Amino acid sequence: MTDAALHGHGHPALLGGRPHEGPASKRITTGFGFWIFLLSDIVMFSCFFAAYAVLLGQTAGGPKGAELFDLRSVAAETALLLLSSFTCGLAMIAADIRNAFWYQIGMAVTCLLGLGFLLLEFREFAELVGRGAGPTRSAFLSSFFTLVGCHGAHVSAGILWLLTMMAQVFAKGFRADIMRRLLCFALFWHALDIIWVAIFSVVYLLGSAA
Amino acid sequence: MSDQHLHYPSDLAPGDEEEVRVGPRLAGYCIGFGLAIVLTATSFFIAGTNLVWQPSIPVALVVLAIAQMGVHLVFFIHITTDPDNTNNILALAFGLLIVFLVVAGSLWIMANLNQNMPPMDQIMRMQR
Repeated sequence: MTDAALHGHGHPALLGGRPHEGPASKRITTGFGFWIFLLSDIVMFSCFFAAYAVLLGQTAGGPKGAELFDLRSVAAETALLLLSSFTCGLAMIAADIRNAFWYQIGMAVTCLLGLGFLLLEFREFAELVGRGAGPTRSAFLSSFFTLVGCHGAHVSAGILWLLTMMAQVFAKGFRADIMRRLLCFALFWHALDIIWVAIFSVVYLLGSAA
Repeated sequence: MSDQHLHYPSDLAPGDEEEVRVGPRLAGYCIGFGLAIVLTATSFFIAGTNLVWQPSIPVALVVLAIAQMGVHLVFFIHITTDPDNTNNILALAFGLLIVFLVVAGSLWIMANLNQNMPPMDQIMRMQR
């Protein structure tokens, strides 16, 4: 291995990288840092998932998952969140071509879909508590409300962030720092969808089968 | 692809594309969205059907969920094999290791305790 190859000054096609390896751009380091945060968030969620999986059978004589979960409502929540991930991607494309109109439309649709998701989830929680199956009923329900509620709290925070980004682009335009924030927001929103995939598979579908 | 490598337009991060070309990016999101819909619909169908061997359902659900997370990572978060993405992939691999240890380790230990510890009333009797 020659010195040139080690330091990345060789032919770029041989190295498969940039020809001049300087410090990474701010956009890369920002994305990487936020990615680390998202992974730590996912590790936190994995603890709640582990708690749920362990406590799945500990119903203390109370209702089981199969009697509680309304899978049609869960399917609607899934559809809303998945669609919002898609429209968020579309808004990011609009931001990259500096089209403020379609950006704001895309973000507004994403916001409405997110709010619809939260509404359905809130209704489900209210119904469970009304039927006497609140988080205090059993260890199983405690872990259920903690896990799903934590995801709902993330979605709520995401919607606040979304509105902030709409306002920032409206007030300041597509500046480089605003674009980096948008990148982080898009990562956050897509990561929430990934966690929801785990929730509807493990909590609702496996939980009502068990 | 080789054309792009000549002028190195910009650096990449997850959630980032190197060129502002709407067509391919739109197509990417549409493909990802379509795949996610198919996988989700399959999950919900499998969970409530009698058509398949029942003990296979949990395994199928887990496999479908992992597949859908992969689809999200590739098409929405844009994790690629690009050299600029190496650090992101390494971080992801480490995160997955921790997630696996936490979940599998908890389940393993708690199942072991459940099997090896006497029921609560026996413990109470021994303490008397």
